[in-house]
Amino acid sequence: MSTLSRADVANLARLARIEMTDQELDDLSSEMDVILSAVARVQEVATSDVKPTSHPLPLRNVVRGDVVTPSLSPEAALSGAPASEEQRFRVPQILGEEA
Amino acid sequence: MITRSAHEMATALEAGDTTSEKLTQEHLDRIAAVDGDVHAFLYVDTEGALSQARGVDARRQSGEKVGPLAGVPLALKDVMVQHGVPTTAGSKILEGWRPPYDATVVAKLKQAGIVILGKTNMDEFAMGSSTENSAYGPTHNPWDLSRIPGGSGGGSSASLAAFEAPLAIGTDTGGSIRQPAAVTGTVGVKPTYGGVSRYGLIAFSSSLDQAGPCARTVLDAALLHEVIAGHDARDATSIDAPVPQVVKAAREGNVKGMKIGVVKELNGDGYQAGVRSRFEESLELLANEGAEIVEVSCPNFEYALAAYYLIAPSECSSNLARFDAMRYGLRVGDADGASAESVMNFTREVGFGREVKRRIILGTYALSSGYYDAYYGSAQKVRTLIMDDFKRAFNSADVLVSPTCPTTAFKIGEKANDPLAMYLNDIATIPVNMAGIGGMSLPCGLAPEDGLPVGFQIMAPAMQDQRMYSAAAALEASLLTKWGAPLLSQIPALGGSK
Repeated sequence: MSTLSRADVANLARLARIEMTDQELDDLSSEMDVILSAVARVQEVATSDVKPTSHPLPLRNVVRGDVVTPSLSPEAALSGAPASEEQRFRVPQILGEEA
Repeated sequence: MITRSAHEMATALEAGDTTSEKLTQEHLDRIAAVDGDVHAFLYVDTEGALSQARGVDARRQSGEKVGPLAGVPLALKDVMVQHGVPTTAGSKILEGWRPPYDATVVAKLKQAGIVILGKTNMDEFAMGSSTENSAYGPTHNPWDLSRIPGGSGGGSSASLAAFEAPLAIGTDTGGSIRQPAAVTGTVGVKPTYGGVSRYGLIAFSSSLDQAGPCARTVLDAALLHEVIAGHDARDATSIDAPVPQVVKAAREGNVKGMKIGVVKELNGDGYQAGVRSRFEESLELLANEGAEIVEVSCPNFEYALAAYYLIAPSECSSNLARFDAMRYGLRVGDADGASAESVMNFTREVGFGREVKRRIILGTYALSSGYYDAYYGSAQKVRTLIMDDFKRAFNSADVLVSPTCPTTAFKIGEKANDPLAMYLNDIATIPVNMAGIGGMSLPCGLAPEDGLPVGFQIMAPAMQDQRMYSAAAALEASLLTKWGAPLLSQIPALGGSK
């Protein structure tokens, strides 16, 4: 059984792009231990002869004809944007100054 | 009129005894009178609803043939996007967002002339069993305002029990339609996965999420089911097959010769005494109607909850990555020189609530390299075992049954700080989602010890949804004979127009 340290939770928060407070990291690392020990029960029956199921339906690719159909106008698509400029989403800088 | 069934309202509309505008206004008045106490709604679309109602009235007056529920009002769970109407999924990260399009379910409702009153409260991104995880405050159970209305669709179920709407839409990932129905004395149906389009349903766990009808009677649920179901080219997991004939089944309500399997593992220890006694009574009523009651065993169901709390968080950690502060929704910390990454980090910290963060972290862990096989991979294997259990059980029974929840509605705040205790609420509803089959809950009485509603769950194989409606309608009719009036007639008055 693995346990999660505060540093582990901080790393997961970084991967999940959430800036957590110290208090949140403390709370979560103790909660995760309890939750993980409960959900680890799946390992009792998940033997190598059982096939995994990712989805309840037999999935197949769905394709359609290459035909233009009505879609959102640029105004509608941008209507919820926190910031926009010249019919584009305006986003904070993605690359550093040096890049 | 507001205490009648949706079917009765539709009949009155068709006969010209009332208009949709009048009926809609009556419901808006009821909402104004009681929703301060219940808090079922996050947004009431007064103008939109009345204008939709007037439109249906005009169509009817001009002699146009309208659908069977045309002009009847409905409450929409806030996880369904509706063009131009604030849609939050119970989260601060979407506060103020007005979607630029309609979900397929919403488009179908509008086409059927069903009047959308507004958006109902829910646990944030449908993660919860009590509606306490809403960023906008909890909803109160109309049976006892100090208790939870279930979750995640507590707003939808409470709106029905409080006579604020005769119909509602819910979504069910691990029980979010059925558990709220159970604890509010209403009917809730999770159709077969793929039976109702997910286009425009804000995704929590894509392989488990399914929208469905909520109502006060089995027939009303069936009528709404047929409106919203059917293949949709915009949802790659939508089933391209005819919609099961659920209205016909609900009208006939026949269980003669039907084999009803009682799932041994979904009863007994941990189930409240009054829940068990009402469940047993219902089995007797079904047997009196000619059903054959058999016991079935699904030994792997005891692992369903653990598998669910790996699969759902894993899928949610991926689905909720879309809330990145770039294209819509909240943006925090966009100061000069701030990087996109730091804006994302601060926005998600402020915009997501505690339970959502807990599940994102759990999912991120379960999917991470080195732990994937032990957690997510093992959970996927349990999913196979649960599907095999169902297959075996359906070899000896036409439908399966259990109590919907182990207990009646608990007090607001009682389990808020104990995630595991909260998760246990869904122990009987989760297997259905894992297998993608149909499940529903209907009221089967009040627990003697607390006077609160108990839910009876019926499960049917994929795309055999009509079987649950047959059994539910038969049980509902027997119970109605026994009670002499619908269960909701016993609900303590909320004041207002009751």
